[in-house]
Amino acid sequence: MTVLLLAEISQGHLVTDHVARALSAVSALGEVDVLIATDQGGADAAAQAAKLRGVRKVLLCEAPCLAHGLAEPVAALVKSVAEGYSHIVAAAATYGKNILPRVAALLDAMVISDVTAIKDGETFERPVYAGNAVQQVVSSDPLKIFTVRTASFQPAPEGGSAPVELVSAPADPNLSTWVEDRIVVTERPELTSAKRVVSGGRGLGSKENFDAIVRLADKIGAAVGASRAAVDLGYAPNDWQVGQTGKIVAPELYVAVGISGAIQHLAGMKDSKIIVAINKDEDAPILKVADYALVGDLFAIVPELSKKL
Amino acid sequence: MKLLVPVKRVVDYNVKIRVNPDGSGVETSNVKMSMNPFDEIALEEAVRMKEKGVASEIVAVSIGTQQAKETLRTALALGADRAILVDATSDPKQDIEPLSVAKILAKIVAEEKPDLVIAGKQAIDNDMNATGQMLAGLLGWGQATFASAIEISGGSATVTREIDGGLQILKVALPAVITTDLRLNEPRYISLPSIMKAKKKPLEEKTLADLGVDLTPRLRIVHTDEPKQRSAGMRVGSVDELIDKLKNEAGVLS
Ligand SMILES: Cc1cc2nc3c(=O)[nH]c(=O)nc-3n(C[C@H](O)[C@H](O)[C@H](O)COP(=O)(O)OP(=O)(O)OC[C@H]3O[C@@H](n4cnc5c(N)ncnc54)[C@H](O)[C@@H]3O)c2cc1C
Ligand SMILES: Nc1ncnc2c1ncn2[C@@H]1O[C@H](COP(=O)(O)O)[C@@H](O)[C@H]1O
Repeated sequence: MTVLLLAEISQGHLVTDHVARALSAVSALGEVDVLIATDQGGADAAAQAAKLRGVRKVLLCEAPCLAHGLAEPVAALVKSVAEGYSHIVAAAATYGKNILPRVAALLDAMVISDVTAIKDGETFERPVYAGNAVQQVVSSDPLKIFTVRTASFQPAPEGGSAPVELVSAPADPNLSTWVEDRIVVTERPELTSAKRVVSGGRGLGSKENFDAIVRLADKIGAAVGASRAAVDLGYAPNDWQVGQTGKIVAPELYVAVGISGAIQHLAGMKDSKIIVAINKDEDAPILKVADYALVGDLFAIVPELSKKL
Repeated sequence: MKLLVPVKRVVDYNVKIRVNPDGSGVETSNVKMSMNPFDEIALEEAVRMKEKGVASEIVAVSIGTQQAKETLRTALALGADRAILVDATSDPKQDIEPLSVAKILAKIVAEEKPDLVIAGKQAIDNDMNATGQMLAGLLGWGQATFASAIEISGGSATVTREIDGGLQILKVALPAVITTDLRLNEPRYISLPSIMKAKKKPLEEKTLADLGVDLTPRLRIVHTDEPKQRSAGMRVGSVDELIDKLKNEAGVLS
């Protein structure tokens, strides 16, 4: 079996952590080739991917239409190189989730989203109902196409030296054009790969108060997360949302502050190693999944915690 | 401009679902069912386009059992002009795969010739997040997924997409498929008069034979289990105790 891994590219750079985790998820299936689609400067991304242990070769395709990862040209490219592979995978981040279902439709295969465990070449586990149930599915498609949940796998280490092969680009389908990216550049660790995450919810009460979460996070080198309520109220940007429809995280430490613990939020963080909940409500559902629960007023607790750490 | 909005009937998002102990699936009898929340958002966006004069007609489609008519009546009450039920199964437990749904929708698109399909980004039961992208692929149309803003002008849609790290804005030529994210809008409440009016709106039924789509699933669900439960934690009495536990018991802080 040979696997084609579509590498995630963001702002022209390889999202190494996601690629490395998807790689380790599938390496038991067979040899893995990594496909990089970009407009220019792909050599750096290719060199980075070539260093990951377990990569057989890197396929690099550079073409103007592949800039910004638009789904139509990237999917057309994946289809054009698909021959001979038994599996096509990508990390289950917005990049892969946008593109792989389209690839699957082009190749008349079903896509299996958010795989959390791979039993064998055709048997996969994935959560459904916001993680309240786990399905084991067997695919009868000759070519299996799926996205893997990065939080469920460790990144593959470096130490490889795979060759890089150039592949030619398909014709530009010319269906959509990129206008602008509004990406927030931050020094903080990235949410889905951070070892520690501090998240705030509606309990924070305002955008200004939410700064206390950011300060606590910075104090312990954590990424910042938020509940949907906090995002909707404008306390936090949308890409901080953790949950069924936001990001899925599984850090060593997850601190939930002023978050009630709705099932949709739990779906995004309940696989964290240690969960701390800070909430004034004795009955908040988040306390049931917390390893350590501190019941009280967050406005007293969070500053004290920041000071003492 | 004509809009097509696919709406799925799913277990209401407030229901605490139960997994059958025999591994056969999730208990769906006698639980509250609703329109998939993302589809409500898609429909609301369509209705706003019509109110602004950008769109002239909204067709809602649901694929499933006869019970999905309820969902379509809701769609009509929210402002769809017509509804189509594709009667695809009599078994309420059978979930129709996104690939099959996309193939059925492609047939409906061929008949209805909409300028834009607005779907939800994900059905909250199977959490697949696939149908819109698959439909766009089958049709050879452009796609804009995870939309938090849509503007239509001059034969194209300018869509703000929610992506990892922030937002992406792109322009997609019509016809196209757009999928909705939560922040696109807040759906309105349904008024009593609109429920009454919805009863008079046309609801057409189609069968799979009419459409000629093969529904053989590609995925076989072997079993469905409860996720691993977390063992009960403990209450701590103070910030000092919390820090002590995190450092000396859990070892996650140094
Ligand atoms: C389709 C769909 C998808 C969704 N997806 C997501 C998702 O991905 N992620 C997500 O998070 N939500 C999601 N939601 C929303 C979810 O259902 C909840 O509404 C949301 O998680 C609630 O956010 P919250 O816990 O911040 O707010 P609330 O539920 O209002 O909780 C606030 C908490 O703060 C506590 N509090 C208040 N003041 C203080 C204080 N001074 N000190 C200490 N504690 C205090 C309260 O006791 C309460 O527990 C989704 C909903 C739907 C319908
Ligand atoms: N059975 C169905 N009937 C109508 N629309 C559907 C159906 N299944 C999926 N959809 C549409 O496709 C979107 C994404 O679903 P999914 O790919 O299953 O997560 C939903 O939000 C709906 O808009």
